[in-house]
Amino acid sequence: MAAGAFADRGADLELVGIEKRFPGFTAIENLNLTIPAGSFFALLGPSGCGKTTTLRLVAGLEEPTSGRILIGGTDVTNQKSFQRPVNTVFQSYALFPHMTVLENVAFGLRRRKINDPVAKAHEALLLVELDHLAHRKPQQLSGGQQQRVALARAIVNRPALLLLDEPLGALDLKLRRQMQLELKTIQEEVGLTFLHVTHDQEEAMTMADTIAVMNKGRIEQMGEPQQLYELPKTAFVANFLGQSNLFTGPVVSTTSTAIAVDVSGQKIVVPLGRAHRVSGEVTIGVRPEKLTLHKDAPIHDAGRNVMGPGRVIDVSFSGVSTQYLVAVPGVGTLVVFAQNMAFGPAAHVGAQVWLSWNVEHGFGLDDDPADAPRFEADLDTKTIAQQRRSSLVTELEEA
Amino acid sequence: MAFAVFSTATAPSTDPVARRRSPVALFLLLPGILYLVLFFLTPLVSLLLTSFQTPREFGDIGQYDYAFRWQNYTEVITTYWPHIVRSFSYALAATFFALVISYPLAYFIGVKARKWPLLQSLMLVLVIAPFFISFLLRTLAWKQLFSDESFVVQSLKALSLLGPEAHVTGTAFSVIFGLTYNFIPFMTLPLYTTLERLDVRYLEAGNDLYASPFQVFRKVTIPLSMPGIVAGTLLTFIPAAGDYINASRDFLGGTGTQMMGNVIEANFLVLQNYPSAAALSIILMTVILVIVSIYVKRSGTEELL
Repeated sequence: MAAGAFADRGADLELVGIEKRFPGFTAIENLNLTIPAGSFFALLGPSGCGKTTTLRLVAGLEEPTSGRILIGGTDVTNQKSFQRPVNTVFQSYALFPHMTVLENVAFGLRRRKINDPVAKAHEALLLVELDHLAHRKPQQLSGGQQQRVALARAIVNRPALLLLDEPLGALDLKLRRQMQLELKTIQEEVGLTFLHVTHDQEEAMTMADTIAVMNKGRIEQMGEPQQLYELPKTAFVANFLGQSNLFTGPVVSTTSTAIAVDVSGQKIVVPLGRAHRVSGEVTIGVRPEKLTLHKDAPIHDAGRNVMGPGRVIDVSFSGVSTQYLVAVPGVGTLVVFAQNMAFGPAAHVGAQVWLSWNVEHGFGLDDDPADAPRFEADLDTKTIAQQRRSSLVTELEEA
Repeated sequence: MAFAVFSTATAPSTDPVARRRSPVALFLLLPGILYLVLFFLTPLVSLLLTSFQTPREFGDIGQYDYAFRWQNYTEVITTYWPHIVRSFSYALAATFFALVISYPLAYFIGVKARKWPLLQSLMLVLVIAPFFISFLLRTLAWKQLFSDESFVVQSLKALSLLGPEAHVTGTAFSVIFGLTYNFIPFMTLPLYTTLERLDVRYLEAGNDLYASPFQVFRKVTIPLSMPGIVAGTLLTFIPAAGDYINASRDFLGGTGTQMMGNVIEANFLVLQNYPSAAALSIILMTVILVIVSIYVKRSGTEELL
């Protein structure tokens, strides 16, 4: 970027055939990605999936083994990190401990010889509501305040592309929600391109326009948050982004609009448009909140899939909804989220229930069923913890 | 609430004033205080008193009486001012060269070699290794290397890099070289300890904020390693200013390179002019103290004092 000038708008980011190998392992393999200017893009994945490496490649802190990086159409692959029109909000914030908050924010402006860096730094600090602490040292601020300083230090430069490396990871839940909103507001106000790396699916879904789910150095699926949630392409996405009930079985019949899958003798219908595979062994799934519990076998309805009977093996109340674990013989354990429309649970542990869902809500995965692992619902430990807590509470009250 | 019980039980019951006057702390400090009184304060007072002594009337050489002869100070300053100036300029030059040589070395060991712990320890051992050989022996070895008949000097003369009549020993160069060489470990180790803790993420952040590698070094690395720089330069400058081995005629120095340490030695051991030696020592101490306080104050690392 030319010295003394701000980027007037966000820029596209294009990654072409990026590959990054470290001695012993491949962090990223053949990554192709285009992020349109002005969008809020989230790279979502578990730790070690290559998302932070991708970010560091874009920032210029790592060099790709092969491939090209283009920002606003300019090839920056061979540019050093200080030459790139990119700023990063680091996970550790990395605020310079020997400078005041104000000097930290003015650092980038001074390096680029922008006019009146102090006034612009004050402006940026006002944006994150920290101008009154401008003359403190970073160590004297709380974690949330440091995070906001790090954000101010990056956006004050008006980079064409702002990189966020899990910047909210160290904050508590309430502050995180607040910062998510602030970040989103700032992004819309200044119109920059944001690339946000996170492992928090909720954060990605609430903030980003587009999410790319990354796993083992590859992008599993990319799209709008709702699309990703409602129509996951792989078992990994189906389980990383919320929870899913997955079943495997052969396709037994195909019509012009739907396929029918035999899951341990129960015929489950998935619309053709929502199935990625239409023949042979397939994995299909449905989200837990789309399931309805029935105490009696529901009357046959062409528009609904029915599974059962099964037995409720666990009920856990979580305020807004209740989670049921239902064991269906031959299929496995299914998770059901039911909204608490009435007082008390709809079914108790041991009750015999049937499950049904709208045919339109099912989805078929693209994975080879052999590769698609059945993710066990992680509810049992949670239940144990809740039981421990309730027993502790009664113990304390008695004492 | 059940937790309220704990908050009252753990409320501080001890009076802070009573704790501050605890006799245990005084008792524990006693050995240290005694040591300082015996081995620092007493000699210092004795030195100060000696520096004002006057020669005994009709006495032998080396016989002095207690007095308040402040002229001792003006006398030594007028007589030995070239040595005083030389001491501090040599020490300054040696400190500068030691810093220039040690910083890249410490940076390599502390930052670049982090990926290879074995190399790191090996290089540290190499830095400390000279300590296993006597300071005097090492300086004598350099005298051999720099002597007129040595291979080094002969080769330089053969290449006409040195004039036929030139010497290396006895020059300012060889004294500053000796000081630099002998104090490099004292510079490298404190630098290493701060650079080893340097968080490279700050450097990445600097790079990310449009600072070129040189600017990152100047604006981030140097300020963050300031405690090491201050500690290293003090550990080099203070002993170098008072050094009398390197500048001695028996080692790397000559008549024209005598430093304060040599003058003090000569006055004390040869001329038996104890008041002059004491006055010079007091001057040396005072000047070092003033220089160091200004330096530490200006570098913003007061916590070291």
